Amino acid sequence: MLSVSVLLATRAIRRHLLRSFLTVLGIVVGVAAVITIVTIGRGATVKIVQQVSELGANLLIVEPGRTRTGGDENPPPFQLLDVEAIRSQIRGIRAVSAQVRTSAIVVRNGVNRNTSIDGVTDDYLTAQNWTLSNGRRFTAEDEDAGKTVCLIGAEIRRSFFRDEEPLGKPLKVQDMICEVVGVLTARGQSGFGDDRDSTIILPLRAVQRTLTGTREVQTIIVAIDPTYSTANLKASLISLLRERRRLAGGALDNFSITDTKQIIDAVASVTRVMTALLGAVAAVSLLVGGIGIMNVMLVSVTERTREIGIRMAIGAVAQDVLLQFLVEATLLACLGSLIGIALALIGSLILAPILSIPFVFDPVINLASFLFSALIGIVFGYFPARRAATLNPIEALRHE
Amino acid sequence: MTIPVIRLRGVTKSYGSGEGAFHALRGVDLEVTAGSFVAVMGPSGSGKSTLMNILGCLDVPTGGSFLFKDVAIERLSKDERAILRRRHLGFVFQGFNLLARTTAIENVELPLIYRRDEHHRRRAAAAAALDRVGLSDWAQHTPAELSGGQQQRVAIARAIVTAPAVLLADEPTGNLDSQRSTEIMTLLTELNQASGITILMVTHEPDMAAYAQMTVYVRDGLIDRIERADGTGSTAC
Repeated sequence: MLSVSVLLATRAIRRHLLRSFLTVLGIVVGVAAVITIVTIGRGATVKIVQQVSELGANLLIVEPGRTRTGGDENPPPFQLLDVEAIRSQIRGIRAVSAQVRTSAIVVRNGVNRNTSIDGVTDDYLTAQNWTLSNGRRFTAEDEDAGKTVCLIGAEIRRSFFRDEEPLGKPLKVQDMICEVVGVLTARGQSGFGDDRDSTIILPLRAVQRTLTGTREVQTIIVAIDPTYSTANLKASLISLLRERRRLAGGALDNFSITDTKQIIDAVASVTRVMTALLGAVAAVSLLVGGIGIMNVMLVSVTERTREIGIRMAIGAVAQDVLLQFLVEATLLACLGSLIGIALALIGSLILAPILSIPFVFDPVINLASFLFSALIGIVFGYFPARRAATLNPIEALRHE
Repeated sequence: MTIPVIRLRGVTKSYGSGEGAFHALRGVDLEVTAGSFVAVMGPSGSGKSTLMNILGCLDVPTGGSFLFKDVAIERLSKDERAILRRRHLGFVFQGFNLLARTTAIENVELPLIYRRDEHHRRRAAAAAALDRVGLSDWAQHTPAELSGGQQQRVAIARAIVTAPAVLLADEPTGNLDSQRSTEIMTLLTELNQASGITILMVTHEPDMAAYAQMTVYVRDGLIDRIERADGTGSTAC
């Protein structure tokens, strides 16, 4: 039954290739737009998640300060002892590190620039997933004594050393001279726009002594063992810190904990919403494409009135005619969506590297667009098909 | 021997109703025996087109009865008439009415597609029908590549491919020059005599009507008279 309609419909499409193509142009553009937007959107999400993960997946960043209004006006800073307490008392920690961040003028051989300086304990490299391209990490001795040794980012190496071997060379940071012991592997821009390769890392004590002049720790970075629950760990971390900071039962926390996973989720959900919105706009164009099919099919039915009369005279029943036009509209919509999918894939493959995001093929959106187009073909093809099927054969034959 | 394949009894056809009604047919009685070749003549507006539409089961009479092979056509639904057409009737039109941009063989097999014949049988029957009208070599050509006479032959092939009982031809030579007309009439006569297909043909031209065994003259919605080729004439009752 249907095979006859498919045969007749394909013949009709083949007979009018140009018109058929113009009919489905709306669908082609609609599908291509939907899929390209969603594909690019997915790629962007993946990229952002990747970048945030580079900070270290599952990091808790603990800082003194209020999470809500009404707490202590001047929250006490953390001390190195807090870091030791967390390390020894909380289970499920992969690495924990203290961090002090400041900035300083760095000078060497007449080149000088202001750059960010991190004073950290050695676990920092583990927590932040930093690796060294050459050189060594800090030793326990470096840290305990607060030696002025440093690890430099790839960009710092480029601007101060060019082709020179930096290991063992001195670098003047503010008033102190530090010796370069390692070079960090290049990472490029972070998801938040700062150049992560323009950093100099020193032992915490060295920075405290020579740059900040206090024993305060600004930030504690806790990397969570992925097999442990972030929520549980966060809860025990809060109770430990409240205890150490002697907060009474009703008092608000005077420190904040930022979960990188939350950042990832937040950023990803923003991208998802954007993708969904743009996708919806594109879906409307798909709908308009469907109306285009209906328009052309209606014109086509009028133009082919005589042909329909001939078909009826030689024995087509109303259902034959109805199905032929319905199948024609549906086939056109399906063909259009296939062309649209192909265009979208080509477009995404071209756009992805330009936007420097990964190409993520999503079979669901492709299949969904295809099925939605088929549905549009059926829905918008039905009205013209019915009109064709209800023609009076005598009048149709007389039609010029 | 003389079984009527078509029997009309007091067939009327009116358009509209009340005062303004137009009566295209006002009581037509006609019997056509199987295997005969009948020409229908009459001035325009005489009702001969209406009569042909009813005989072709494209239209139903307003009154009276139409028996086609003992089937009362006026009781059939639109779809049942379509099925009857594809089983028993073939149509040839003045304007050929082939599907454009469609090869001759695809045009010819179209009725078989609607009959749900399978591909091989369909192709074989269509090829045989084309061969019958002498166009075997033109099977893959589209109407635009064929002359008027050839197009009408394709149309005849399409009409006979279902082996119909009755072939209705509406001015089949109206668009052709006299030589092509003669060829088409010879072909129709040959189909009538060799295959026993009953032919009903509307024509303006007495030359063409001369090929028929019987000519029905229609006037003002009534059958004026019937002339037989053997000379016996009769007026309608």
